[in-house]
Amino acid sequence: MTENVLKVENVTMQFGGVLAVDNMNIEVNKGEIISLIGPNGAGKTTAFNVITGVYAPTNGAVYFNGKKIIENHPQGKMKKLYQGENNGKYSSVLAPTPDKITKLGIARTFQNIRLFKSQTAFENILIAKHLRRTSNLFTATFHLNGKEEAQMREEAEELLRILGLEDVRDELATSLPYGKQRRLEIARALATKPELLLLDEPAAGMNPQETDELTAFIARIRDEFGLTIFMIEHHMDLVMEISDRIYVLDFGKPIAAGTPDEIQNNPRVIEAYLGGSVDE
Amino acid sequence: MTKKKAAVINVALIAALLIALYIMEQILPPTAMVFTVLKKGAIYALVAVSMNLLNGFTGLFSLGQAGFMLLGAYTYGILTIPVEQREFVYQYFDGGIVKFTVPVVVALIAAGAVAAVFAYLIGLPVLRLKSDYLAIATLGFAEIIRAVFQWDKLGPLTNGSNLLRSYPTFQSVLYPFIVSGICIAIIVMLINSTYGRAFKAIRDDEVAAEAMGINLAHHKRMAFIISSFFAGVSGALLAMYQTTIQASMFKSAMTYEILLIVVIGGIGSVTGSCISSFLFIIFSEWILRFLDNDTYIGSFHVPLLRSGFRKVVFSVIIMVIVLFFRKGIMGTREFSVQGICNFFTGKSRKKKAVKGGDSND
Repeated sequence: MTENVLKVENVTMQFGGVLAVDNMNIEVNKGEIISLIGPNGAGKTTAFNVITGVYAPTNGAVYFNGKKIIENHPQGKMKKLYQGENNGKYSSVLAPTPDKITKLGIARTFQNIRLFKSQTAFENILIAKHLRRTSNLFTATFHLNGKEEAQMREEAEELLRILGLEDVRDELATSLPYGKQRRLEIARALATKPELLLLDEPAAGMNPQETDELTAFIARIRDEFGLTIFMIEHHMDLVMEISDRIYVLDFGKPIAAGTPDEIQNNPRVIEAYLGGSVDE
Repeated sequence: MTKKKAAVINVALIAALLIALYIMEQILPPTAMVFTVLKKGAIYALVAVSMNLLNGFTGLFSLGQAGFMLLGAYTYGILTIPVEQREFVYQYFDGGIVKFTVPVVVALIAAGAVAAVFAYLIGLPVLRLKSDYLAIATLGFAEIIRAVFQWDKLGPLTNGSNLLRSYPTFQSVLYPFIVSGICIAIIVMLINSTYGRAFKAIRDDEVAAEAMGINLAHHKRMAFIISSFFAGVSGALLAMYQTTIQASMFKSAMTYEILLIVVIGGIGSVTGSCISSFLFIIFSEWILRFLDNDTYIGSFHVPLLRSGFRKVVFSVIIMVIVLFFRKGIMGTREFSVQGICNFFTGKSRKKKAVKGGDSND
């Protein structure tokens, strides 16, 4: 069996009385494309936010390449939900901020595009390179890091080229067409040199043709950058075509997991989410 | 035009400016109004740029600038008053507790450093706040520090509410220009570095910046400390210009003046801040002075013109700017030789002007 890149263990996320994510378990293996689907409000983005450190989970742990990166095992009422290795004993809270998670090698894109709007496409990518700097404030200010700066710029140029954005290099990010903004967001995430890429609805608002292009694009970057991809998506064509495995969430609860074929024929999934569309 | 050529022209322009200033000093009497404007303008340019680094480039709306200037001014004064003069300056406090002096350059850096240390400490709690709340907290800090410095118990150090004086000052207009110029050049280099890009990312979208691996707390603190450092240095320069220091000088009105300069110049434009600081000083110290004086035409007493009316006019100006010219003079663009050349040759001005070169101050 290949190694888990990402393992989500018994993660529960509770906001007041709302259980956004309820005891979720996910395993993502190296090189896979995994999709997370579910009706609106099922807790998919919340799950992403837990994995990327935006929210500290109410309970559970997240492992990246076998190393525990996020953990919270509360005592009291929520305790019984946790059935992992530390069941019953209180362990320390591990709640890194999103920048630390990104530094470990998990990059993400956003459902509603969040580019740096006053910056050009090129600068957007360059900003993401800041993370892997070796220069400090002093050397950067007095431009003593010329070599590194040149390398950053070169890598950013190359990303633009690979992702087919070189013609919009100096355009403001917000003035780009929608499809290119999505692509730029992926380029920016790739600039942080991730191992695992989390895509939050990369095809949202795209027409069928653009979705087809995106499907090929995602498969291509997976191969080219040696990535593992975990994505949330609503376009079933895309999901069924490129996913190795699919997880289905409904009201925060994972209701099914398996290959696209299994999911399409799973009665619970059909009931909860796919409705008639499985017959297409 | 190549980058190298632009750099040469920039250097030439700066040299020409300094030479012109030098010649002016030789020709004009030292009390000429133009020198007041230039000296104060250069000092305000530095503090405006430092405020712009925070408000315009990092998106932290802070109003503590006057407080950090006060710290810088006092640090400078306390460290440089000659030992033999201290008896007279600290006449109510037995000559004060500081019994040594340091060279002017060291004192200038110390002025910045003290402001930076305070910024670090203040930043620990207040940088968790956002937008308006941060502004209120930093404004509160500036007011508190002003009151504390006037406190009698601190007299041996700060001379209480009495003046600090007799410390070394400058005569030449070149002095504030060179010191401000160096500091602004450092800020510009910082803004153009990878850290500057990270600051702009935080301004544009905190959530995305953090997701791209930028440590928000660390970078915000860094911007706050650097901005305060230069505010401290400009406070020391202001002290040199005024020749006396009193805590009551550094009122919140001073912060508002600086904010006005930043807004007029364009939030996010270094050269805009420099240009508008000179404009502001020209108007407030020179052209609009008459607004504060009672004026008679024949026996007719001109209405409204009296002490304080200038402030009313400025308030109206800032309202007009905020309502109609939100981008200020420069917006987020930078003034550069390259930009001007492109403007005249009609090359794709929009893109080049945004990228711009270094400031010309």
